[in-house]
Amino acid sequence: MSKVGERLYNGLIKENPTFVLTLGMCPTLAVTTKAVNGLGMGLTTAAVLAMSNLIISLLRKVIPGRVRIPAFIVIIASFVTVIQLLLQAYLPSLNDALGVYIPLIVVNCIILGRAESYAYLNPPVSSLFDGIGMGLGFTAALTCIGAVRELISAGTVFDINVLPESYVPIRIFGLAPGAFFVLAALTALQNYAKNKAKQRGRNVSVFMSGCSEDCMNCSETGCSKSFYDSEAGSRNQQ
Amino acid sequence: MENIRDMLLLLVGSSLVSNVVLSQFLGLCPFLGVSKKIKTASGMGAAVIFVITLASGVAGLIYKFILQPLNIEYLQTIVFILVIAALVQFVEMFLRKAMPSLYEALGVYLPLITTNCAVLGVAITNVQKEYGILTGIVNGFATALGFMIAIVILAGIREKTAYNDVPESFKGMPIVLLTAGLMAIAFCGFSGLL
Repeated sequence: MSKVGERLYNGLIKENPTFVLTLGMCPTLAVTTKAVNGLGMGLTTAAVLAMSNLIISLLRKVIPGRVRIPAFIVIIASFVTVIQLLLQAYLPSLNDALGVYIPLIVVNCIILGRAESYAYLNPPVSSLFDGIGMGLGFTAALTCIGAVRELISAGTVFDINVLPESYVPIRIFGLAPGAFFVLAALTALQNYAKNKAKQRGRNVSVFMSGCSEDCMNCSETGCSKSFYDSEAGSRNQQ
Repeated sequence: MENIRDMLLLLVGSSLVSNVVLSQFLGLCPFLGVSKKIKTASGMGAAVIFVITLASGVAGLIYKFILQPLNIEYLQTIVFILVIAALVQFVEMFLRKAMPSLYEALGVYLPLITTNCAVLGVAITNVQKEYGILTGIVNGFATALGFMIAIVILAGIREKTAYNDVPESFKGMPIVLLTAGLMAIAFCGFSGLL
């Protein structure tokens, strides 16, 4: 089962949805005020991603190319609804903390992106593990960002005091502006690494996700275009 | 009078105090992607106002007259996303036929709005906060207005700073994110308003 390991590695490290592909930025910024919220959001998204990948992959021969995007959305939305009901029943505190961002998993670029670029083209088992890998990569990234923000804004990680009493928390990192600053630093680091690699003459591979290689350019090349680009579906039909 | 006062408070609250992009992080993709020029940013803003106002009205009606009587409120996520996607398509077709001049102005932005999470976000927030249909429409309009204010300001700043000497690693997205962060700090100042 080396295929399974390869998929998990791909999602966690090689094509990490947050750090490498920069997909799904809305929840990344919104819910990462604390590490535990990041973890909860990540796992919720991972569950939806794994299940929707599995089902879409099972149905890939049945769904016609032209209506595949609406079909994907219905499948994804169904799983989001299931997860939301489960959270309301068993983890109401997490459900309250994540609020409107749970139903908004439907429009998360990562899920539609993986459906389009992987699950629709590959057999069920590897699609399932692709979803798990990507989901865990997303979870790891959100937990990291959440931990950093929680550490700076309150001196704690997972509500455990880490820094000495004398540390004066910088509260703004727990608020909206802090999210932008942390993400800016993160993208700058990524740019730095890319520039370094370029200088050393290594070619920087461009990752293609179904959504776009860079969610920040969503408007020009990304997710929304594929909604209307029904021609793109015909290539998958052959 | 009480009612009008509430509406005005909601208008200010949703557009400035809890700004959709800068404090709720909804609609971040177009906010960062279409904010290079003031002209395109205001076009996008206008299209968003149009669609969100319409969508919150339609979603409110569907929730009240279809989902609630049938006791299937739990289907809201699925229904809303399909309704929004269909609505955007219809608006596009309608504008192309009926109002070509408006279509010229907004047309290119319309397809981009389906995946704007602000639209779905507003529809769901309206339901969660149990707003009536009219209140929901006002909330939708105010939220979209907040989006337009934010994106036009960001585009203005980006036009001014386009030729600044930015450190190599911060070129492109990081500097825009820093700008957005500073704007978010400025918008925090509104929180004492209500």
